[in-house]
Amino acid sequence: MGSRASTLLREEEIEEIKKETGFSHSQITRLYSRFTSLDKGENGTLSREDFQRIPELAINPLGDRIINAFFPEGEDQVNFRGFMRTLAHFRPIEDNEKNKDPTASEPLNSRSNKLLFAFRLYDLDRDDKISRDELLQVLRMMVGVNISDEQLGSIADRTIQEADQNGDNSISFNEFIKKVCL
Amino acid sequence: MSVHALRKSASSSCSNILVVFVGIGLPIEASAPAYQSHGTEGSHLTNITNTKKAFPVLAVNYEHVRKPFEIALWILLALLMKLGFHLIPRLSAVVPESCLLIVVGLLVGGLIKVIGEEPPVLDSQLFFLCLLPPIILDAGYFLPIRPFTENVGTILVFAVIGTLWNAFFMGGLLYALCQIESVGLSGVDLLACLLFGSIVSAVDPVAVLAVFEEIHINELVHILVFGESLLNDAVTVVLYNLFEEFSKVGTVTVLDVFLGVVCFFVVSLGGVLVGAIYGFLAAFTSRFTSHTRVIEPLFVFLYSYMAYLSSEMFHLSGIMALIACGVVMRPYVEANISHKSYTTIKYFLKMWSSVSETLIFIFLGVSTVAGPHAWNWTFVITTVILCLVSRVLGVIGLTFIINKFRIVKLTKKDQFIVAYGGLRGAIAFSLGYLLSNSHQMRNLFLTAIITVIFFTVFVQGMTIRPLVELLAVKKKKESKPSINEEIHTEFLDHLLTGVEGVCGHYGHYHWKEKLNRFNKTYVKRWLIAGENFKEPELIAFYRKMELKQAIMMVESGQLPSVLPSTISMQNIQPRAIPRVSKKREEEIRRILRANLQNNKQKMRSRSYSRHTLFDADEEDNVSEVRLRKTKMEMERRMSHYLTVPANRESPRPGVRRVSFPTVHFEQPSPPSTPDAVSLEEEEEEEVPKRPSLKADIEGPRGNASDNHQGELDYQRLARCLSDPGPNKDKEDDDPFMSC
Repeated sequence: MGSRASTLLREEEIEEIKKETGFSHSQITRLYSRFTSLDKGENGTLSREDFQRIPELAINPLGDRIINAFFPEGEDQVNFRGFMRTLAHFRPIEDNEKNKDPTASEPLNSRSNKLLFAFRLYDLDRDDKISRDELLQVLRMMVGVNISDEQLGSIADRTIQEADQNGDNSISFNEFIKKVCL
Repeated sequence: MSVHALRKSASSSCSNILVVFVGIGLPIEASAPAYQSHGTEGSHLTNITNTKKAFPVLAVNYEHVRKPFEIALWILLALLMKLGFHLIPRLSAVVPESCLLIVVGLLVGGLIKVIGEEPPVLDSQLFFLCLLPPIILDAGYFLPIRPFTENVGTILVFAVIGTLWNAFFMGGLLYALCQIESVGLSGVDLLACLLFGSIVSAVDPVAVLAVFEEIHINELVHILVFGESLLNDAVTVVLYNLFEEFSKVGTVTVLDVFLGVVCFFVVSLGGVLVGAIYGFLAAFTSRFTSHTRVIEPLFVFLYSYMAYLSSEMFHLSGIMALIACGVVMRPYVEANISHKSYTTIKYFLKMWSSVSETLIFIFLGVSTVAGPHAWNWTFVITTVILCLVSRVLGVIGLTFIINKFRIVKLTKKDQFIVAYGGLRGAIAFSLGYLLSNSHQMRNLFLTAIITVIFFTVFVQGMTIRPLVELLAVKKKKESKPSINEEIHTEFLDHLLTGVEGVCGHYGHYHWKEKLNRFNKTYVKRWLIAGENFKEPELIAFYRKMELKQAIMMVESGQLPSVLPSTISMQNIQPRAIPRVSKKREEEIRRILRANLQNNKQKMRSRSYSRHTLFDADEEDNVSEVRLRKTKMEMERRMSHYLTVPANRESPRPGVRRVSFPTVHFEQPSPPSTPDAVSLEEEEEEEVPKRPSLKADIEGPRGNASDNHQGELDYQRLARCLSDPGPNKDKEDDDPFMSC
């Protein structure tokens, strides 16, 4: 497995991924072997079914959303680059990265990109706000089936009320950041 | 600490509580026959040559009450001092309470000495068995779990390795010092120095709590120092006992060292195990207490105390047992007990720990005056300096290593506060006091320990607050319990667990998720009463939050409180998932929400503060203006609904118009649960048409009786707050207001 991984992933690719995502060499190779172990069809891309085979995701309330986050708009397959690009959001923030290349765009794992990633998991229709329905959906996923709709509805209302500052009855990205308050 | 050590102590100090309670019996016995014989004396007049004394109308028998009297007096004095400090405004802002209390102790001790009496010394048995447990239980029960578990690795490294480093560094250097001829301490051998090092190296939870509480540092640093002070108990126990044994024997073999290491694991893990067992027992017991709510708090206290005593019995770490017990039982107990019991537990723990802390510091002061002292400038000054130096070096060194493994690195400021906050306190003193008199250096050690304690508490304690300000260290965020935070935290947990799953990495979140699932499927159903175990945490959190808000609103008078005193509380399901009809819930929530906008108050539920208890009755925070505004709004709404034209909507058939007398809410038909009343009515209607409550406002309107309905719901909510239980007569008349 190990040798197979290194032959299929060329050095230049590793370098490109490193530059784009900031992972180290060893991390990239390790994640590549994970990628190939998930890739049952052995065609260099992952489909949704491959993800759903992961046991932890199957029992995770947010499993479907996480899986969707890996797939760019409308596509059904994700290659290794895309896989790494999504995972790059979860790298620890390093302050010294900013100094290296001031002209480059914000690194994927910057604080606001991380928050944006989380925000997009709520905000499915990408209208840059979390509406009451979207919140309800997430709550329903997390809480299970035993709780009544009304109760969940009031929790959602309360949540929006706490966070909403401009009165549009939904949570915008800025309001989200303020409430998450990391 | 180890009772093994206690037994070895030859201390025969007078204030031994355990003897006291036995001792009380004796004087009573002694005086009884006296009265009997006096009686017989009086009746056999002819045989008695003594003159018959007049029947004593008033007699003084101080010996009879001496022990409890003195104890009560001491406690009263301590509390009055505490009271006094807070009345002097400037003083409590500048000087931490612990310093003031020690000074008071010094004064009192001096006073007693001047009188000629022997000032009582802080008896180690009293300290370890009575004064320390409440503080530790308070700390453990209210330990903020999330920051603790997130940083447990760091905390353990500081606690174990840091303490070991401190002990050996100090012991070694002091031994080197003693070798120098000019100091005049050449009789001190290495083991004695190491023993001393191990006593003085441990950061003390009491002192840390006392000082850190007042500076409101950010959560991370607080939990690091505080967690370290709690967890280093195991290390201190092992080291102390080890060196005690060795210094008797005189030689150390490799086997002994190995056994020492094994002993450490046994002591710490054993302590945690004992604590966890008692915690589960307590949780299990609380499952069945729905009919005897009044004694619920006692279970919590007694099981925890038993955990402490049991582990002390086996020479395990009592502090760790206590912490483990509190941490384990808390989630289950809180799901089972009533709101009042929860409040009781909170208040009692804070009260006892406050009293204990006060007494400890005062006794420290008194003991300083009393204790035998042997002063040696070099030794003592070196000890103090070495304490600081070793702490700083230890923290810097360890942080350097730890930061490689941490995601959120510790900054230099954090390190500074962690190092500077390593205060020594009464535990060190008690351990030193326990040293048997065979140690020729005992007095010197004691003096040095007291000096170190004084230095850390006074100098470091007083200066830490200005330093925190100066360095602009992050302070604790004032945050209300926010449903947003709960939701997002849980959301992020799931997200990160999922991503860990994708990466195939078994990290922190993976195991936490596994533990949660295990907890939910197996543990909760055994330990949580009724149907509550199915309730997701988010829902429980939300319900509690609403409850607290509702209480707060009643107590600040914003909701018209039609408080029924004849409420049939015995019919209420304690803290069950409210089977209140959804529409009622909707109403109540609407009211709460409306008031949320007006009253954004600070509810610091994550307060581990000794002095300020967050509670619903912080109504003094509600400003007058807001109160009046809300009242006006409610009245406005009421009047609006009153003027709705009568022909708006004819009441639907089947709607039961139930009218109730103005003040007392009585059930129209006493059902098994009061909830059933409204449910019956509600089931028949789709559009919320509510029966009116007040006799003077009749006739349901379409959207009318918003607030009346609110009253009904409010009462229901309020009922849920208080203790149900068949022996309602034993409880307060006004249960709702006494939360």
